[in-house]
Amino acid sequence: MALLEVQDLVIDIPTASGLLHAVSEVSFSVDRGETLAIVGESGSGKSLTSLAIMDLLPRVAKRRAATLTFDGTDLLSMREPEMRKLRGSRMAMIFQEPMTSLNPAYTIGNQLMEALRCHEDVGAEKARARAVELLERVGIAGAERRLLQYPHQLSGGLRQRVMIAMALMCKPDLIIADEPTTALDVTIQAQILRLLHDLKKEFGMAMILVTHDLGVVARVADKVAVMYAGAIVERGPARAVFKAPSHPYTRGLLNCIPVPGRTAPGTPLGAIRGQLPNLIGRLEGCAFRDRCDFAAPECSGPMRYVPVDAGHDVRCIRAEARKAVA
Amino acid sequence: MLHYTLQRLVVAISVAITVSIVAFFLLHLSGDIAISIAGPEATPAQVEAIRQQFGLDRPLVVQYLEWLWKAVRFDFGDSFYFRSSVVSLIASRIPVTLTLGAISLCLSLLIAVPLGVLAAVYNGTIIDRLALSFSVIGQAIPTFCLGLGLIILFSVTLRWLPVSGASTWKHYILPSIALGWYAVPAVMRLSRNGMLEVLSADYIRTARAKGLSPGVVIFKHALRNAIIPVVALAAVQFGFMLGGSIVIEAVFSMHGLGYLAWEAIARNDFPVVQAVVLILATIYVGLTFLADILNAFLDPRIRLA
Repeated sequence: MALLEVQDLVIDIPTASGLLHAVSEVSFSVDRGETLAIVGESGSGKSLTSLAIMDLLPRVAKRRAATLTFDGTDLLSMREPEMRKLRGSRMAMIFQEPMTSLNPAYTIGNQLMEALRCHEDVGAEKARARAVELLERVGIAGAERRLLQYPHQLSGGLRQRVMIAMALMCKPDLIIADEPTTALDVTIQAQILRLLHDLKKEFGMAMILVTHDLGVVARVADKVAVMYAGAIVERGPARAVFKAPSHPYTRGLLNCIPVPGRTAPGTPLGAIRGQLPNLIGRLEGCAFRDRCDFAAPECSGPMRYVPVDAGHDVRCIRAEARKAVA
Repeated sequence: MLHYTLQRLVVAISVAITVSIVAFFLLHLSGDIAISIAGPEATPAQVEAIRQQFGLDRPLVVQYLEWLWKAVRFDFGDSFYFRSSVVSLIASRIPVTLTLGAISLCLSLLIAVPLGVLAAVYNGTIIDRLALSFSVIGQAIPTFCLGLGLIILFSVTLRWLPVSGASTWKHYILPSIALGWYAVPAVMRLSRNGMLEVLSADYIRTARAKGLSPGVVIFKHALRNAIIPVVALAAVQFGFMLGGSIVIEAVFSMHGLGYLAWEAIARNDFPVVQAVVLILATIYVGLTFLADILNAFLDPRIRLA
């Protein structure tokens, strides 16, 4: 059985001009030790999806799902006090903004130790030892000294390492990293990503990596789910999706990034025309059809997933037709 | 931290000196002190004699420096009206005002901060709206009006508490409510806005993602950051309260510093007025300084800058 099972997750946000369908019928699963990358542009609903798993959505957002289980336990019917016991201990989260994600009023040590001591009945000395051990593991030199420092005394890269150490304090089964490298320098991005990947293997955790960077996905993900306008348009093993991208949107995304050795110098990079549709009101058919080069009248009709390969399917009714042509 | 403290101290002393200059010159420009002392019946020769006796014929700057030199040694001269030194007058009156001010400030903080936190946590609900209405009503009622209203209800009609005076703790209840009430709306709204801003901060989401209980999230992680601007405002409000205590002490006939100031102003008792203004200003400046230091303890970004 999968560690995390999500079926038909829906997130609606009531607004003044109508119901905003931020996430519609998203399904995926994550096994132990596996890395799932959720890819999409800003506003595609990928961050909301990750917050929905942790039940940390903003109060206005309403979450529904057919199934949402973690290690066999139903999260939908779980009450807040039980959910709180899971949060931080068995599923932990790393956020996009290391600069603002740590409390400016408390020392690094205080915030690290608190993460362990709110779940496990351990003394200050033990918690301290674990904090030092993890700070060293995430590559922070002089860990003992860092414990006494405040967030504003650390660089963005160091703060993100602290956030990672904090997420690992209780040895979680699942770690959700929401754009963990977006706010960092390019050189630091690669280090942090490498670190996350190594730690995941070392601790035997499952990881959900939320990102808009396909380059990141290619390096660390086992599985990919591409999100567009609140829906997963294509999902499958990372290798298969990269080798045979089947949704026009996925292909558009891949054409946007240069591949060393494959993209010839001077070749113009691709761009996806148009912009994200407004998600307020009922959405019928494929949300991408206005930007799609292959759009046909039937794209306004009901959508379904079409299998491409084992475990690889695509939410495009034209995929079969195009496959037949190819 | 030492650098910061010294820096704040220099600012505080500069402000105190500036206030003393302004207070001194404004009083001397408001009329001929010699005529006020001599009284309306005095002849020009008598006025001139008084002018010389009190040294009022010398340049203002010299008079100011002399006054300041004595003031730093707690010598404010003698009262024109009361038959005693200004220092002993103030010493006998100041406990009433400080007690009243301290109780009022504690009372208003104890009401305003929890109310602000509650309004922010239950933002947009009926609790929030009730708290906001309460603050609007609070701001709309003048201090003296509330004081008189409290006297009519609790002292005259219900006969629970004394009408006036300052001899027992019971005498302090109504004036403290009337004076403390004044600071509640501003402090409450600042606490509420501060909490609202902090509660949507990324580090609050981090705290919740750790699995911390709502109590720890709100009080340890949110309030600690939201309270920082409130500390500065509380010092300012306490300053206003010292001013407001002139009205409240008059309404409740409490013989404090405010009442003394009121009497002294009415009788052109310049040495007393000057001394009271300087002392109130010094207390105010001192509190602002304390608030700065307290903020440095609360906010490591100030402390370790």
